[in-house]
Amino acid sequence: MNDTVQLPRWIDVGVLPVINLLLALAVSGLVVLAIGESPSEVVEILLYGAFGYEEAWGYTLYYTTNFIFTGLAFAVAFHCGLFNIGAEGQAYVGGLGVILAALYLDFLPFPIMMIVAILAATAFGAAWAYIPAYLQARRGSHVVITTIMFNFIASSLMVYLLVNVLRPQGSMNPESKQIAEHLRLPFIHDMAASLGIEIARSPLNLSFVYALICSVLVWLFIWHTRWGYAIRTVGANAVAATYAGIEPGRYIIMAMMISGALSSFMALNEVMGVQHRLLIDFTAGYGFVGIAVALMGRNHPFGIFLSALLFGMLYQGGAELSFEIPTISNDMVVVIQGLVILFTGAMEHMFRPRVTKIYMAWHLRRHGQEAA
Amino acid sequence: MDNFELVILLLDATLRTSTPLILAALAGMFSERSGTINLALEGMMLGGAFSAATVAYYAGNPWIGLLAAIATTVSLSLLHGFACITHKGNQVVSGMAINILMSGLTALVGIALFAQGGKTPSLDHGSRFQPITLPGADAVADVPILGSLYSELLSGHNILVYIAFLAVPAAWWVMYRTRFGLRLRAVGENPGAVDTAGIGVIAMRYRAVMCSGVLVGMSGAYLSTAQGASFLQDMTAGKGYIALAAMVFGKWRPFPALFACLLFGFLDAAATRMQGVVLPGIGEVPVQLVQALPYVLTVILLAGFIGRAIPPKSLGRPYVKER
Repeated sequence: MNDTVQLPRWIDVGVLPVINLLLALAVSGLVVLAIGESPSEVVEILLYGAFGYEEAWGYTLYYTTNFIFTGLAFAVAFHCGLFNIGAEGQAYVGGLGVILAALYLDFLPFPIMMIVAILAATAFGAAWAYIPAYLQARRGSHVVITTIMFNFIASSLMVYLLVNVLRPQGSMNPESKQIAEHLRLPFIHDMAASLGIEIARSPLNLSFVYALICSVLVWLFIWHTRWGYAIRTVGANAVAATYAGIEPGRYIIMAMMISGALSSFMALNEVMGVQHRLLIDFTAGYGFVGIAVALMGRNHPFGIFLSALLFGMLYQGGAELSFEIPTISNDMVVVIQGLVILFTGAMEHMFRPRVTKIYMAWHLRRHGQEAA
Repeated sequence: MDNFELVILLLDATLRTSTPLILAALAGMFSERSGTINLALEGMMLGGAFSAATVAYYAGNPWIGLLAAIATTVSLSLLHGFACITHKGNQVVSGMAINILMSGLTALVGIALFAQGGKTPSLDHGSRFQPITLPGADAVADVPILGSLYSELLSGHNILVYIAFLAVPAAWWVMYRTRFGLRLRAVGENPGAVDTAGIGVIAMRYRAVMCSGVLVGMSGAYLSTAQGASFLQDMTAGKGYIALAAMVFGKWRPFPALFACLLFGFLDAAATRMQGVVLPGIGEVPVQLVQALPYVLTVILLAGFIGRAIPPKSLGRPYVKER
């Protein structure tokens, strides 16, 4: 029918995602109603928790930082036609790189350590993504299944390392030693204080700035370099890419390794910025949220920033929610997240035929008037 | 005789741990052989487990719980089908969405209903599936070897364990010996040809995901009303993904998938018993290694180092009728 009609960009990247998002939020509202609470009250608490007081902003942006990294990670692989479900494992292993650098190279001065930590995270995260990437590119094993498997393998490996290797002598907790004071990423409130500006304390740290830099770099890479072009070509049509002299396997591996590196930067925020040590399961599902973030943001860094902010807000507001309404736990946020993925990702085409119809009617009427 | 007892106990545990995997792997097989990727096994299993425990608690009857579980998982399958088959949405994304949604929803509703931190109340004797003693099991218990094989290993499981093992030949028969099965496989390989023959591709795929829902519902009910006595938050703990791995490991076929489930179930049963055990000549085997083994083996298989696992040809592709 009208499936082939090219919609203008503002409908495609603006109207349709917003309709889908609103639908997801509406269904979330029904869930709240079903368990006997008032949706308007929930929205109010969510917004207050996310932006209502001074510390809240910092927390919201701290969560946003993680989501930017994992959202960008999913997007880069997606542009190459790959589903990288493995951000969780890649970030986990990336955290190993960060903690090893910070614990064993602790004689380095901070500015050099920052670069070393970024390189270590990149190396570990990209290496963990390389194996599924290689298997997809050269042996045809589906990257979705292998990255899922690699999440579990990463989890077992890290538990083993934390319990048997990284745990300091005499400690019962399966976690690493603390990172030396001078090697931690500075908090934004401390940085502002040194400039004489007073900001409320929060876990927001320098990695937020790095996330913004990465967003710009990803944008430049995907749309303004020949590698980005090649990656998008492979993603759009691998056969056509081959005829154009682009070898798909090479770019599959490149996209996956960049994706793995981006996910592992989440460890900079969590390990080097906030926890200051390596904890079991510090990735806490942020890798999976990255899928929702990227899909909602239409795999564009700017869209990813906006949806990362939305999810940061949901996470921070959700924490407030569980304080205020005892029957609603943090799990409400997980439900919203699932619904957002369902409606903006899986059912993204649901309204397309209808919107196309409305647009065509409007378009025809306007053009009809012009003709007359 | 001590070692023999140990082996029997280990195999007994293997049967119990592999039951949910078998049901879920068969569920995945029905869906995927028809061309619809089913990553949602984990979430559906969780939803089934929650519904079974909740309804069995209120009704005081495990069978009603089982029906509730199946109703839940079939609805979720239909949702998955609505997104992927009707609206041609991405099947991987839809599966992940259902997994995340159920992980949140089961906890949320659990807390709202029972206020026990996401757990459902413990089920009493009558609201759970109880072990069944096979006829004559007590009589032959004293017969050496064969007697204890029969009475300890084969007898004394709950009905869902037997259903799971009978479901394998049943699934094989449906898949390879009935018209329905032939069409189901055809729709996953070459939907265009099936459509040309005058059979509805969409309806066929919906039927396949519904079969999938029925099977995975039973595996969920098994976790909370047969193996366990209540629903616990995130109690599937990756079993849906292991089942998926087993299905891939079994190359999307019932009997090889059964073998893979038994192998993975055995590794699971062995892992809990190997904690701190020092094997002669090898030393202490890290539990985490044994736990990761199913995933490692599946990756090696997928990489084509032990035979080739070839998925159905149209797996993951929504059917677009040509006009």
